[in-house]
Amino acid sequence: MSDQVSNELREHLAKLIDENEVILFMKGTPEGPACGFSARAVAVMNSLGRKYAAVDILPDPRIREELTAISDWPTIPQLFVDGELVGGSDIMMEMYESGELAGVLGVEQPAGEAEPEPEPTPQPQGLQLENNLE
Amino acid sequence: MADVNEIKQRIEAGLPGAVADVEDTAGDSNHFRAVVTAPQFAGLTRIQQHKIINEIFKGELGGSIHALSIKTQTPEQS
Repeated sequence: MSDQVSNELREHLAKLIDENEVILFMKGTPEGPACGFSARAVAVMNSLGRKYAAVDILPDPRIREELTAISDWPTIPQLFVDGELVGGSDIMMEMYESGELAGVLGVEQPAGEAEPEPEPTPQPQGLQLENNLE
Repeated sequence: MADVNEIKQRIEAGLPGAVADVEDTAGDSNHFRAVVTAPQFAGLTRIQQHKIINEIFKGELGGSIHALSIKTQTPEQS
């Protein structure tokens, strides 16, 4: 079974990446990040005020496996913009601090040196993957 | 379980000419930060630079090495 299921899942993930200009794959949700690195990614996105889709990879380990097969990137979170992997939390942080991430997202860099604060965010736009693969 | 010296040596062996400054950020041999300076990074995107490091630890990041935070730069940027 597994080949067909993994192909379907991979195609589904590729479609999500294709259909959402800005999409963050993370552990947990923007409202409840389940890992410090994902929390940092959410804080950066919130600080920049750009709407984004979010997908929680935790409900099924195959989500992460297939995502990594697509992106060739081993860790979570992963931010995609216009179908391209921009980076994980280190690169997001670095690009946030330099102002590059605001440029990539087409938003204004927030004024001041304040650290991005975790706070509630835009809706995940109904992108939670359902674990209906069993 | 990895240690700072092992991570440093593996990066520098995998990328001849590179200098890696590695610290154990949480003091738990599980969360590391590496600043890697290498001439090979010139002209590459950050993603490409990080993938070179990821390749050295293929299959271990997020697993036996729980967290390796990476910053890449060329000697000119350091």
